[in-house]
Amino acid sequence: MTFRKYLVLAGVTVFAAAGDSMLSYGMKQTGNISLHHLGSVIVAVFNPWIAVGIVFLLAFFAAYMNALSWADLTYVLPATSLGYVLLALIARFALHEQVSLLRWLGIALISGGVSFVAGGPALTSHKHGEKSHTLEPEAARVTGIVNSGDSYQGMPSGVPYPTAKSAPLGADSSTDE
Amino acid sequence: MKHLYTWTAILLVTVTSVVGDILLARAMKQVGDVHQLWRQVGVWEIVVRVFTNRDFCLGLAAMAAAFFSLLFALSWGDVSLVAPAASSLTFIGTAFAAKIFLHEKVDRRRWIAALLVAAGVALLAG
Repeated sequence: MTFRKYLVLAGVTVFAAAGDSMLSYGMKQTGNISLHHLGSVIVAVFNPWIAVGIVFLLAFFAAYMNALSWADLTYVLPATSLGYVLLALIARFALHEQVSLLRWLGIALISGGVSFVAGGPALTSHKHGEKSHTLEPEAARVTGIVNSGDSYQGMPSGVPYPTAKSAPLGADSSTDE
Repeated sequence: MKHLYTWTAILLVTVTSVVGDILLARAMKQVGDVHQLWRQVGVWEIVVRVFTNRDFCLGLAAMAAAFFSLLFALSWGDVSLVAPAASSLTFIGTAFAAKIFLHEKVDRRRWIAALLVAAGVALLAG
């Protein structure tokens, strides 16, 4: 996992929470929309809160698709569920709503779940990855610099790291003598 | 009878969002790692590849279906039951479906994570 990938996961979490809360704030301003007056949907879209909320949700979707391109679905979904926690914290500390004991318990359970999945690898399946558009030159170039903690699971264990190359050369010559 | 309607709606929302998530995840695995492709082919080529991917379009349609079935479910049933039940069942359903259809290795760590998050979401939204 690179810093950039953590940023994408944070983006999924924050954009979803921000978009949802802006939509709900905007919808409370516009009022109910009934099936008989669908024209009021168009009015709602021009509400600045709803418009910005939609932009945030589009950003969420782009970040979500980005994350799914390099991580498992069963990794991305729990890892980004911190958004629910974020929403509850916004409700408590920004909107000064009451958060019941049961909800705090819910926050604790979600946080526990996130920490469980975050400790494991991000990607376990390569079945579909192999069918993707050609990445061979790039893959060959980066094979040697894949970090051990990274999501890539397919590297043979015996492949030496490029940084270790210079040291054994000198060591070999000294032991021969 | 009202219970039957409500749970049918919850099931419908769950199934459509699980199908949508699985299709979108499969589409993005077919497209490939966006971070690598960005350097190789540029952002517009990625956008074209994503939007011309069949699974992506089907996934988007399933997500739209999930959204509208949630709207209908909310008009039939109790909000405090429908929303948490549907979203927490989606977490568990996705774990099963990802194991079967995406061949992800859903180990004990991930099962525990999915169950904890599902329980937490149920408590938080309830």
